[in-house]
Amino acid sequence: MTFSPQLEQRFTKMLASYPPGRERSAVVPMLIYAQDEVGAITPELIEEVARRCGIHPLQVDEVVGYYSMLHRQPLGKYHVQVCTNVSCLLVGGTELYEHAKKKLGIGHKEVTADGQFSLEEVECMGACSWAPAVEINYDFHHFVTPEKLDQLIDGLKKAH
Amino acid sequence: MLYNEPSPLETRVVSKRFGLPNSASLDTYLATDGFKAFLKAREMTPEQIIDEVKASALRGRGGAGFPTGLKWSFVPRNSPKPRVIVINADESEPGTCKDRLLIEYDPHQLIEGILIAGLAVDAHRGYIYIRGEYRYLIEHMNAALAEAYSRGYLGKNIAGTGFDFDLYTHSGAGAYECGEETALLDSLEGKRGIPRMKPPFPAVAGAWGLPTLLNNVETFSAAPAIIRDGGAAFAALGTPKNGGTRLVCISGHVNKPGVYELPLGFPMMKAINEVAGGMRDGRKLKAVVPGGSSCPLLRADECDILMDYDTLAKIGSMLGSGGMVVLDETTDMVKFALRIMRFYAHESCGWCIPCREGTTWLRKILTRFDEGGGRREDIALLGELSRNMLGRTFCALGDAAAMPTISIVDKFADDFVKRLAPEAVTA
Repeated sequence: MTFSPQLEQRFTKMLASYPPGRERSAVVPMLIYAQDEVGAITPELIEEVARRCGIHPLQVDEVVGYYSMLHRQPLGKYHVQVCTNVSCLLVGGTELYEHAKKKLGIGHKEVTADGQFSLEEVECMGACSWAPAVEINYDFHHFVTPEKLDQLIDGLKKAH
Repeated sequence: MLYNEPSPLETRVVSKRFGLPNSASLDTYLATDGFKAFLKAREMTPEQIIDEVKASALRGRGGAGFPTGLKWSFVPRNSPKPRVIVINADESEPGTCKDRLLIEYDPHQLIEGILIAGLAVDAHRGYIYIRGEYRYLIEHMNAALAEAYSRGYLGKNIAGTGFDFDLYTHSGAGAYECGEETALLDSLEGKRGIPRMKPPFPAVAGAWGLPTLLNNVETFSAAPAIIRDGGAAFAALGTPKNGGTRLVCISGHVNKPGVYELPLGFPMMKAINEVAGGMRDGRKLKAVVPGGSSCPLLRADECDILMDYDTLAKIGSMLGSGGMVVLDETTDMVKFALRIMRFYAHESCGWCIPCREGTTWLRKILTRFDEGGGRREDIALLGELSRNMLGRTFCALGDAAAMPTISIVDKFADDFVKRLAPEAVTA
């Protein structure tokens, strides 16, 4: 398996950043960056990461199952993550999540039929003082109202 | 642009560059005292640096509040093994959103703090473990590292002093548990984030079995000011044994939620009413989560206190990570307790049975209660199950789930009685 030149460059640097013989340390960062390019943690990707880090594929597989941001199935092109943890809960996070479900017509960890959007109710993402918060892919949005979320989603639909 | 307006009541030490134009650039940093502390520390012995940090009364800003100077002194400098520094930027304690700002607005202050720690424990390599959700910060930090390398503030012979240090970022991928220091180390080594048996402590055998110094982003970020202005000056900002300032993340039912830098020992009610602009819609205060969701909640009548580690400990809670969540009188405590428990049940790594099963049982009972099936005996059962988790797990996650739950059912039992199932009320 090969990746884009940029990602290959990142991986070369990454593997060299740990002490010699400790390449296994690159497993988690390698998986998350590769997932962004491949679209999901596929069996081939697990084999490839295992080969590059010098460990058995099973040792990579058990890591995949642990981390909530690693997905074996492809997400939507835009992954909408709505926080409902305590700080968001107090200022409308739950209502925002319910609104997102209706707006997108999907539930927790589901993907729209056209593959454009996926939705996830997430745990605290570190935006508590600017709640309620939404992260779309890796972009943070603060003080999100249902109207603002509609605008964000409609804007992304148009961009497509 | 800042995420929230600063308050005139702040004492800005670690956040002093927040809001400056190009605050994240090395030039801005150098123009505002940057790397002076490192050069000063280079002229000091490791013992002198550690003594200065001890004198500052700085305590860990990640949540546990352990004295930082003492932690630095535990790392064996004479070990034949190389020392490693690990920076915990896995900020995920609900209510906490400050390390984000320290990396975003002042990454070179963090770098300088790490270099000072490197001098103190004779380490030459460091890893900043940043949660996966903070991808933009990983790229931002990488850019700051590249700038520091290109200008000779990282790498070989830093600023001509003969000191070498290599610093890297490392991405997490979504796991609250990895904020626990030994789980973080396992994650850094490419494994599931499962806490380790202690001892040995990371200072002796941490990352890859090497002596490891592990602190929170804010803790390292305070080091330059401590060395530059002296430990005593930093300590004097706070209360005895509770030195300096800290970033307090105020969220919930207030008019001006935000991250504010306040001295240790700042009055809690003043933080709510003046710094954060008072309660929203003129409602009454009901409760405060003083330092992240793991802390026992305070009733409104308990909040007339000074915010420092020892005062909070005295009234049975914690200052924690600085995540202060303010709840008004309209808050449904059953829903609040349930949301906390859903979080811990989701994040329990499953290693220890009392935590794995306990959080799940508690979540189920609270869910039933919230859905209208609450039985009178459930109220006592919630407390009993929680108490049985305390102290019976490898790491603090079990306690973190139990402590707020105990405080909620003890202090807000009436809220649960009001939500009993109809048949339980008449029974």
